[in-house]
Amino acid sequence: MDREQDLLTGSVIGDEGVLSIEELARACGAEPQWIIELVAVGVLEPQGAEISLWRFRAADLTCARRVFRLQRDFDASLDAAAVMLDLLNQIEQLRARLKLAGLDVE
Amino acid sequence: MEFKDYYKLLDIDRTATADDIKSAYRKLARKYHPDVSKEPQAEARFKEIGEAYEVLQDPEKRAAYDQLGDRWRGGQEFTPPPEWGAGFEFTPGGASAAEATDYSDFFSTLFGNFSRHGASTRTHGEDHHAKIFIDLEDAFHGGTHTMTLRSPQVDAQGRVVLRERSLNVQIPKGIRESQHIRLAGQGAPGIKGTTPGDLYLEIRFHPHPLYRVQGRDLSLSLPIAPWEAILGATVKAPTPTGVVEVKIPPGSQSGRKLRLKGRGIPGEPAGDLYLGLEVVLPKADTEQAQQIYQTMARELAFNPREALGV
Repeated sequence: MDREQDLLTGSVIGDEGVLSIEELARACGAEPQWIIELVAVGVLEPQGAEISLWRFRAADLTCARRVFRLQRDFDASLDAAAVMLDLLNQIEQLRARLKLAGLDVE
Repeated sequence: MEFKDYYKLLDIDRTATADDIKSAYRKLARKYHPDVSKEPQAEARFKEIGEAYEVLQDPEKRAAYDQLGDRWRGGQEFTPPPEWGAGFEFTPGGASAAEATDYSDFFSTLFGNFSRHGASTRTHGEDHHAKIFIDLEDAFHGGTHTMTLRSPQVDAQGRVVLRERSLNVQIPKGIRESQHIRLAGQGAPGIKGTTPGDLYLEIRFHPHPLYRVQGRDLSLSLPIAPWEAILGATVKAPTPTGVVEVKIPPGSQSGRKLRLKGRGIPGEPAGDLYLGLEVVLPKADTEQAQQIYQTMARELAFNPREALGV
């Protein structure tokens, strides 16, 4: 297999908005309409004024996929999943501070 | 391949009702969901129970699975009976939490001839996701990462089988944790000539023996001697790009942080490296060292507990 030997170069999704709404929806296995709902409840904050100009960052991809899993796996409403997401983010930030202070147990 | 005891994985009887199955799955999903769980092996356990639920919640798959009988034990070496699958037609699935790429060989062999829900109506193959662990050094110098992925492929008979493939991926300099590398066309193949999906790789760093990473910044605990802290000194400190000399300001204490600007992960702007000073006391294991400490005790009017009022 030729392509298995090739060195693949990808594009980096970082702090700059690069993903369009269609791309983000596809990456989540969801429909663009669902992304619009996530923006409406404030889970995602795209750069760009109009829907067609929206661009999403790595953090949006992570959040959207997480909300997708929470909704799918727990039958959670979007609002409930958004609350779970906030709480999980807070826990992660606290863990990161523990780790920085050398207090993590892992 | 290993037999999977789906009833045991969900901790239910073979006579369990659809409601029993759902509630058992829900309970375990809460416990092992990788987004919320801190259980060890949560992700692997979650995939297993997802797979078990995928089979048992579907009357067709469950009936077929039940046909294997109850003489098998989880983990036992298993070969499907020759007439396996005759008389069954599985409806495209996708009800459960697990993703098709996560299913075991056991599942793929038994239920492989199903396609993902809705896949045929899409204009692209599905996007796939994976996490990769790289060394912090790769973010400083760039590098390559070789990974093995298991992904479902459609074989000549139209069955979905899991295939392993290895990819060699370029890691760009300046990459940070939680960023993604998107590899166009490396996801699921497109169906009927449509564009293949993309592969998203989420970046994680292996824990580093010296540096802790936060975003683009690094921190390092730098041990110093008491006289270096109090009198000030120029000392050596490691950085990911080489040893540097650092000025310790006089009057420093443990916990003081020094910032080395631009010594974090490269980029625009580059991150910083924070040195957390940690005063280390020399042992008094010689006569002479003992004397020095005794002199200090005598000569220095020092009460470290002054602020406590004692």
